[in-house]
Amino acid sequence: MAMIEGATGPWEMVIGLETHAQIVSKAKLFSGAAADFGAEPNNQVSPIDAGFPGMLPVINRFCVEQAIKTGLGLAASINLVSIFDRKNYFYADLPQGYQISQYLRPIVGAGAILLDLPDGSTSEVRITRLHLEQDAGKSLHDQHPQWSYIDLNRSGIALMEIVSEPDMRSAEEAGAYVKKLRSILRYLGTCDGNMEEGSLRCDCNVSVRRPGGELGTRCEIKNVNSIRHVMLAIEYEARRQIGILEEGGTIRQETRLFDAAKGITRSMRSKEHAHDYRYFPDPDLPPLVLEQEWVERIGASLPELPDAKKARFVKDYKLSAYDAQVLVAERESADYFEAVAKGRDPKLAANWVTGDLFGALNREGVDITQSPVSDKALGELLDLIADGTLSGRLAKDVFAAMVETGKSANALVEERGFRQVTDTGAIENAIASVMAAAADKVAEYRAGKEKLFGFFVGQVMKATLGKANPALLNELLRKKLKGD
Amino acid sequence: MALDKATVTRIAALARIRVQEAELDPLQASLSQILGFVDRLAELDTEGVEPKAGVLSGLPMREDVVSDGNCRDRILANAPAAAHGFFTVPKVVE
Amino acid sequence: MSTLNELTLAAARDGLRRKDFTARELVEAHLTAMAASKSLNAFISETPERALAMAAQSDARLARGEARLLEGLPLAVKDLFCTEGVRTTAASRILGNFIPPYESTVTANLWEAGAILLGKTNLDEFAMGSSTTTSAFGNTENPWRRRGDNRPLVPGGSSGGSAAAVAARAALGALGTDTGGSIRQPASFCGIVGLKPSYGRCSRWGIVAFASSLDQAGPMTRTVRDAAILLRAMAGHDPKDSTSVPVAVPDFEGALGREVRGLKIGVPREYRVPGMDPEIEALWQRGIDWLKAAGATPVEISLPLTHYALPAYYIIAPAEASSNLARYDGVRFGLRVQGDSLDALYENTRGQGFGAEVRRRIMIGTYVLSAGYYDAYYRKAQQVRTLIIEDFAKAFAAVDAILTPTAPSAAFPIGEKMEDPIAMYLNDVFTVPVNLAGLPALSLPAGLSADGLPLGLQVIGRAFDEETVFSVGAALERAAAFEPRGPRG
Repeated sequence: MAMIEGATGPWEMVIGLETHAQIVSKAKLFSGAAADFGAEPNNQVSPIDAGFPGMLPVINRFCVEQAIKTGLGLAASINLVSIFDRKNYFYADLPQGYQISQYLRPIVGAGAILLDLPDGSTSEVRITRLHLEQDAGKSLHDQHPQWSYIDLNRSGIALMEIVSEPDMRSAEEAGAYVKKLRSILRYLGTCDGNMEEGSLRCDCNVSVRRPGGELGTRCEIKNVNSIRHVMLAIEYEARRQIGILEEGGTIRQETRLFDAAKGITRSMRSKEHAHDYRYFPDPDLPPLVLEQEWVERIGASLPELPDAKKARFVKDYKLSAYDAQVLVAERESADYFEAVAKGRDPKLAANWVTGDLFGALNREGVDITQSPVSDKALGELLDLIADGTLSGRLAKDVFAAMVETGKSANALVEERGFRQVTDTGAIENAIASVMAAAADKVAEYRAGKEKLFGFFVGQVMKATLGKANPALLNELLRKKLKGD
Repeated sequence: MALDKATVTRIAALARIRVQEAELDPLQASLSQILGFVDRLAELDTEGVEPKAGVLSGLPMREDVVSDGNCRDRILANAPAAAHGFFTVPKVVE
Repeated sequence: MSTLNELTLAAARDGLRRKDFTARELVEAHLTAMAASKSLNAFISETPERALAMAAQSDARLARGEARLLEGLPLAVKDLFCTEGVRTTAASRILGNFIPPYESTVTANLWEAGAILLGKTNLDEFAMGSSTTTSAFGNTENPWRRRGDNRPLVPGGSSGGSAAAVAARAALGALGTDTGGSIRQPASFCGIVGLKPSYGRCSRWGIVAFASSLDQAGPMTRTVRDAAILLRAMAGHDPKDSTSVPVAVPDFEGALGREVRGLKIGVPREYRVPGMDPEIEALWQRGIDWLKAAGATPVEISLPLTHYALPAYYIIAPAEASSNLARYDGVRFGLRVQGDSLDALYENTRGQGFGAEVRRRIMIGTYVLSAGYYDAYYRKAQQVRTLIIEDFAKAFAAVDAILTPTAPSAAFPIGEKMEDPIAMYLNDVFTVPVNLAGLPALSLPAGLSADGLPLGLQVIGRAFDEETVFSVGAALERAAAFEPRGPRG
């Protein structure tokens, strides 16, 4: 259990996360306007989204389905009857003066997520609930000295609010939670998890207490939009609270923002009116009643999720838990790996995917869906290693060329003569010329300086342009140096 | 149920309605009268009765198709203040 | 031709088809009548050019023999229905010069049926009232006056403008909305017919919302037949309204000839209030007798929650309104009163844009939903609503329709009942329970008071059984033989 050592003793962090995930859908939750990102301001706004007089909401069936799917993916209970409530407050990006949300009776109840921690262990974080709600519009406060600009494109887009129990005890756990939740959402295809574009946002509830003590007052850090910031914000906030408590002060329950530039959390300008949301059932929307049979059909259509896939990789491909975890983090990586591993050595495939491929993707700054080397192409490369055409070392060179040129392994091997040299005669010739050119070192080796062997290996490799089969080279070199 | 002035002021703020000083007394009086009238409901025993928000049950759903929007001119046509395709309001400091 | 506006809607419909006169002539007669009755202030906006243009189109269709259900019939529309391209105010300053870029479903249905828009009628601001004395555009007067008394009377509310227009023969029929009695009570005060359909019968899309779980659009006409004709064109499932019920629209006019023989008519004992106006009690008894003579059986029933309906309504309706009216904030349409901050903009705009009654109701609504009060008020009222729904369900297991008076009094002088809000709210004591239960109810003029003012009777039916309501109403209408001419007529 992670503790923070304060001046007066150890402190425990208590963390809960509320995550807002934008649902992948064509249209908004209660209107037919488009839900895409990045459109011209107010171009994806229906009179319903703009809160015009007499406008009424009608729910998008697909958004409901996505919420059910997500609930099932979180191993949560689905509430067959749920109610939409109005959350009433005034803000320029909230055209109706209320947000349609769910309060007492959400569509999804309790579930759980298994976290994969960096040290290889797992821990469970319980999910309290998931509910559907509208996103608000966007306010731009930096476009004009006197005015704020309001864009309602985002107003009414479907959100799933996923609430965790305060089960997390470290910033690291919180980061792992967001990572895993994001992965599950992307597997399901219900949210694209793009935190930079704002399709996944976290509100972090943080409090501290003495180990075994009562829960402390919590503060909420709103709208944190990257996993890294989640961890930094929580870490900062916990220490801030500890600092206050150790001085004998008390924590004021408040909403805060994470200032990424300064790495601190700060209080949102205090509003004179405390929020009293006056939740009540939206009279424009009768209760949502789900057919059990529909829920079951959705359940049957779920893809294999990360935990199950990881277990299967360990069992069927005999991968280490760590390798499996790395591969299943993104569904696309897992699929890529399986395509490469089909009919091949899975351990080799795993090494190449997690090592060389991921390394190249990082350097190129692309994700696996835009990989310059396809799973088929990588598979071909591995085949060339398996049939002896390429040594492992050579294969790395070929791979680098594949990344650069987009050409296939076979094409490159032909073109550039990458083929491994397994011709005994050719290697013996190379050995002979090296030994001739370094006669003095040969003498030293024969006199007992065994570690010069590496020098000769290097020289022969150089002479064969790196293509000598290493095992064969070693065998022949040893013989020749011995004097046979 | 009589409301005190502080409550009237708080409610007005929640509702974002400016109440002039001179209006406070009559408003307090009429609101208290109305609440006094509706307080009658407390006479009823409603233990175990399900609260109904309406007479209907079952939410109709629509298909996920883009059938609206793309009409910025209509959306901004009645705007008291707009610029560059945005609604404008006095600057909010967060 | 100068009496064309004296025709009923049905007679005008038939006359147009027989080519006795043209739609243009019909519209012109009504425009003249509107001008003649201008002092009533029944209209906020008049649309004579549009009306004549629509009449031309109707005449072309009539000539081709392609008449639709309401072809060529001029109607007035309560200024709560959004009409595309035509200013819509909800009788409030806060809507400013709002020109809706869309047409409400119900009015779209009317225009698709060939009806013609004469103008938008006055109402209590945001439909909150029973006197049409809270409009930002002045009071509307009732065309009726007390015998020997020159004081202008209220037309009732909130659909007072529509009621006055129809009673003054400035429109063949009109649209109203009814949340707690706002069609039926003004119909009773103005001596016309008004129907609140079952909740979900007509679409609410494009109607400025007051209390979403209670609001319903309905016809206001001079006869029961006219109301049946108008309702048929208005009604119908609308997928844009999640509270619109997918139920077929019957031919209501066809139901008018149905026998009431054998029907059981409920007479709720709780509606007989102590100190009740004896004229109204007598009228109620006459109604019971008429139905008995027509072969129906009166049955005494009990609706025990009756006296709790009005308090429950004055919690639920303001609560919903406080939320529905939050969108009137000066940001995207309507009036904006500047402020040096966003909150100041809100407070100035809403403080100046809303009238006193609307401000009161928003504040009551805000209060009963607020933390600490929700359970005692709002939740409690919703429980009472459940009990009222059960009251009616039990009653309708024993009877087919219920007969009551519509209002506890005849029309009263403008300026009265203003001493405290409750005095005004009591106008709706007989009508409000119906909205809470979502049932259909009709008011028809059944007699005159001693000083010559119309008095109405209310017929309540089962959900989606407007046909029985219409047939009972028609039977009462025949028996009452109400002379629709008022002192001004």
